[in-house]
Amino acid sequence: MTLRQTPSQTVGPYFAYGLSPEQYGYDFASIAGGDMAPAEVEGQRIRVEGRVFDGAGAVVPDALVEIWQADAQGRYAHPSDPRGSNASFKGFGRFGTGTDKQNRFIFDTVKPGAIDAGQAPHLNVVLTMRGMLLHAFTRIYFADEASNATDPVLHLVPEDRRHTLIAQPIGGNVYRFDIQMQGAHETVFFDV
Amino acid sequence: MTETYRARDWAGQPAYLSPDYKSTPLRSPTRPLIALPQSLSEITGPVFGAEVVTGDDADLTRNGRRNGEPLGERIVVTGRVLGDDGKPLPNTLLEVWQANACGRYVHKADQHDAPLDPNFLGSGRCATDSNGVYKFMTVKPGAYPWGNHHNAWRPQHIHFSLFGPSFATRLVTQMYFPGDPLLPLDPIFLATPAATRNLLIAAFTLDATEPGYALGYRFDIVLRGRNATPMEA
Ligand SMILES: [Fe+3]
Repeated sequence: MTLRQTPSQTVGPYFAYGLSPEQYGYDFASIAGGDMAPAEVEGQRIRVEGRVFDGAGAVVPDALVEIWQADAQGRYAHPSDPRGSNASFKGFGRFGTGTDKQNRFIFDTVKPGAIDAGQAPHLNVVLTMRGMLLHAFTRIYFADEASNATDPVLHLVPEDRRHTLIAQPIGGNVYRFDIQMQGAHETVFFDV
Repeated sequence: MTETYRARDWAGQPAYLSPDYKSTPLRSPTRPLIALPQSLSEITGPVFGAEVVTGDDADLTRNGRRNGEPLGERIVVTGRVLGDDGKPLPNTLLEVWQANACGRYVHKADQHDAPLDPNFLGSGRCATDSNGVYKFMTVKPGAYPWGNHHNAWRPQHIHFSLFGPSFATRLVTQMYFPGDPLLPLDPIFLATPAATRNLLIAAFTLDATEPGYALGYRFDIVLRGRNATPMEA
């Protein structure tokens, strides 16, 4: 039996109190925020921050960025990862671009380990906002990882666009990753 | 043994670039998406279920109360969450948010000149049971104006967000109400292909209606199902 998949619709401009209420100061508990790694989680602490730009180069103040990642040992906290999970690390973060003065998304987490099948460390991203009728998938790699050179997903991407998937260290364990919806440096989005 | 998920039904999805919805031209990717074979990164995903649904989370007529009942027509919204293989998805989280009965969101940026309701927040969450069935209680949201074009009004709707079993099955959508005269005028609804548009409209049902208390609406949600054959390791 094959059923037709429910169509996607935009998250709209008013998702904050539904999806990231604590970040925006609403009186409702959030299931996740930008602070992804409790103190007891092992691994190298990093911050990943950036902004989302529309096709006119304007900063998007109402985007929602979601991160799904492996732990520092490269394991996902999910039953389909046969290696078992790092129990205190859920691996999920969510941040709206409406609360920071510069409209950044900001994730404090641990650097993921390399994943199975030779995948370099990366964060999996779902991006959605007003004006997007369907969310988009992208990935965040790290400029200081030698294994990027052999990553099978980066190799699917034309060489002149690979840089759009790579976060740059800007000092103090912070990585910068901007998302460009359009233009010469349009971020690579995937059909997963 | 790990499994992959069926392809997205692109023919049934709205296009990123849908110019009648005026926010899309500057916010849609212009380059073709790059096909990414599903790996462990895509077939895993955040695991959320009944454990994050507490107290009155699933009753929007209660979870925002300050000093009384919210105003509006009470409704029950229920349905099943399924894979497109027809298999129900148990213990799956649904996050919902909506305008109040007057068509006003609590969100600070919503400047629509309609009253806020001190007893209604408009967000909630619930999880499916072992048969994939979810249910929440709320009030029927009002229509609201928006700046897309002259005299533009969004039809009454409730926003839904689900992960399903993996990151690949992520879905953000909206549920509409049957017979809404604004539907044939709404660029967001109309951006959806005609063949799948009606999947976004709930059905009134007496079965879910609670006698003397609330009207019932049924809204089933279909996510990408699992492929029959496992992924090659
Ligand atoms: Fe809305």
